[in-house]
Amino acid sequence: MTAQHTPTHTIDMSSVLQGRTVDTEQTEACLKVENLNLFYGHKQALHGINMEMPKKKVTAYIGPSGCGKSTLLRCINRMNDLVDNVTIEGQILLDNENIYDKSVNVAALRRRVGMVFQKPNPFPKSIFENVCYGLRIQGINDKRILEETVENALRGAALWDEVKDRLHDNALGLSGGQQQRLVIARAIAIEPEVLLLDEPASALDPISTLKIEELINELKEKYTIVIVTHNMQQAARVSDYTAFMYMGELIEMGATSQLFTKPVKKQTEDYITGRYG
Amino acid sequence: MMKLWFKSGAPWIWLNAAAVSVCLIMVVGVLGLIVARGIGHFWPGQVIQFTYQDEGQVKTIIGEHVDTSITPAAMAKSSGITMADTEETLVQYLVKTGNRDVTGGDFRWIQERNIKLQEAPANLVVVERREWGNFYGELAAVKENGQVIASGQEAWSVLQSKIAGVLTLYNDIAHLEKKEVGAINYTLEQLRLEQKSLQLDNRWDESQEKRINDKKAALDIEYKQYQVQLAELYQQIRRDSLVAKTQDGAEVEISLSKVVRVYQPNTMSFFDKTVHYGAKLFEFLTDDPREANTEGGIFPAIFGTVMMVMMMSVIVTPFGVVAAVYLREYAKQGFTTRLIRIAVNNLAGVPSIVYGVFGLGFFVYILGGNIDRLFYPESAPAPVFGTPGLLWASITLALLTLPVVIVSTEEGLARIPKAIREGSLALGATKLETLWRTVLPMASPAMMTGLILAVARAAGEVAPLMLVGVVKLAPTLPLDGNYPFLHLDRKFMHLGFHIYDVGFQSPNVEAARPLVYATSLLLVLVIVGLNLAAILIRNHLREKYRALEG
Repeated sequence: MTAQHTPTHTIDMSSVLQGRTVDTEQTEACLKVENLNLFYGHKQALHGINMEMPKKKVTAYIGPSGCGKSTLLRCINRMNDLVDNVTIEGQILLDNENIYDKSVNVAALRRRVGMVFQKPNPFPKSIFENVCYGLRIQGINDKRILEETVENALRGAALWDEVKDRLHDNALGLSGGQQQRLVIARAIAIEPEVLLLDEPASALDPISTLKIEELINELKEKYTIVIVTHNMQQAARVSDYTAFMYMGELIEMGATSQLFTKPVKKQTEDYITGRYG
Repeated sequence: MMKLWFKSGAPWIWLNAAAVSVCLIMVVGVLGLIVARGIGHFWPGQVIQFTYQDEGQVKTIIGEHVDTSITPAAMAKSSGITMADTEETLVQYLVKTGNRDVTGGDFRWIQERNIKLQEAPANLVVVERREWGNFYGELAAVKENGQVIASGQEAWSVLQSKIAGVLTLYNDIAHLEKKEVGAINYTLEQLRLEQKSLQLDNRWDESQEKRINDKKAALDIEYKQYQVQLAELYQQIRRDSLVAKTQDGAEVEISLSKVVRVYQPNTMSFFDKTVHYGAKLFEFLTDDPREANTEGGIFPAIFGTVMMVMMMSVIVTPFGVVAAVYLREYAKQGFTTRLIRIAVNNLAGVPSIVYGVFGLGFFVYILGGNIDRLFYPESAPAPVFGTPGLLWASITLALLTLPVVIVSTEEGLARIPKAIREGSLALGATKLETLWRTVLPMASPAMMTGLILAVARAAGEVAPLMLVGVVKLAPTLPLDGNYPFLHLDRKFMHLGFHIYDVGFQSPNVEAARPLVYATSLLLVLVIVGLNLAAILIRNHLREKYRALEG
């Protein structure tokens, strides 16, 4: 397997997608994006995005660099609030509630919508403290609960066996792949409903990438997952739905098997066959 | 050829290297001078008997050879000294002769060409006294109650055993007077203030009067007991004395209560001298000063310096950190924050004496005066906080060093990766929680760096302190056994000011000069020590909060 960050040549997707079909009828929408426009100052970065992300499925955003996929992802847990000069129009519904409503508590929202970033960003604390950070924020300090949660989260992130003997060592001593799984464990320790993954494997070696991908497949049993990726094979391997974005617009969205084999739009076809990117 | 050489960059490397070397030489030179002059002061020098000719008469003087000066003949002539044509220079020795009570001075200059003989007789003694400086001469006899009990050879051994006993007595007296009687006086003063305060509040009645009078009476009884004890001790300590002969043959009687130590430097072995040196050094570090600060120790100054720097650190760190957090994390970056940063940076450039004036005018007179009026009406007209003291000195220096702490904390905050903040926020932490749990601990090494710079600057500052709390001689330490233990209103001594005072304000500059070097060395060591402590803490924090690489 090779880690492929920019699709510069044609990929045969049918081999990757073999045996994967998704029945769109049975899913219910967890996240709905409605008429979302986003401006950095006067520059518009997202143009009227409309999409639905089904519950307990993996949705992947693909598209060339700078197309707005990360920006869109960061809208879902209001990370863009931190950027100066951002204006957001439209709404995003999480279980039919607009997360941009004035009454929404942003910290509470982020507890429901967890996020994992491109580069692993563990805190300079012990592995144990990293995982229970979110719990401590919520004021949970009961040692028994913390220990139980940390173990469950680390097992959930497939890291438990590797770190169980050194839970109190500094998290920065872990390898990149382990750090990224630790960050995922940290995110799932507070049991969010949605997990946002912003190119979670782009800074990792192929073996770590494989582990993360296997993990995503397991995690979708419990969480709605949205993943941004540069790597189209990865999108094909892990996602149930794929959205193709270009220049701040959503070009096409559909079941992954359908989007990669029979894209409706010419632009999509050009991109996935590697004619531009 | 020349052009090529310039182009190669070699001249610049030479220039840079030369600049570094000059800096190094200067630093090493300063430290070397201080160390060389400061360290030697406590080493017992040989006491030499000079026989010399003065205006046709042959005289002897006894003393330590401290310095030599060489004057060109022309210059010596112009100051009225007759010089032979063959002589090119005039060599003069500075001799510490002591015996100020007899001769009126401690030092004498003698011309080398007049010296006939230099000897170091073994029987010369040096008596270190609590008054009048050193005595140089020969031991003649030891007296008890005015009766000679030993003379000649055996006087020396008798004297040594007597002195050990007298020193114990002296320490007992000092302990009684300072600790026990001091505590009684302190309590009596508190009672007087309590009484006055009750009278001012119109709560003074018979029951209160009885209570306070009872306490006073109890203290009085205690005081009387101590007085009896003290009188007895004083009688014992005054009993013994020694008789010694000066170089002129005059006999001087010195009460042993005034003697710190007696030694015969010319017979001392290297080991004896080392022991003597250690004892002197220990005295220097742990004792109170005597004889207008030119003798004895400088413990109160060390204590005051360290105490003041610590108080300052406790005040400046939270203030600086809070200000930096607001500037960097909460304030909207723009014209106003830029203006504030410029102002803060310029504050660091204001001459320190200006801070002293501000501290005196604002903290001492306005703040302190009002505190006195509101909370200490019973002390009036004597001020409590309305006069220079430790608190105001610490606050003034905190103000002086605030910019350093703000600037380095801000830099530290700016260096924390965005990814760490976002990681915390994404877990549902608020901005405050993110700051408190992650950002501030990670920025703590930078705060310590700021504190290190602040300590380095504050410990060496003298000018503003002279206005807001440092004195030549403080009778009590700012920390003692009397409630409330930490006395922030007290004046204190400071090494920097002590150097100035001993070196330039003392009545006996010549005697005090080596002490200036010794004190300077100690000040440097104290600052190095404080800095090392801070650096150790910082390195520990750095290791703990090592940020992500890249």
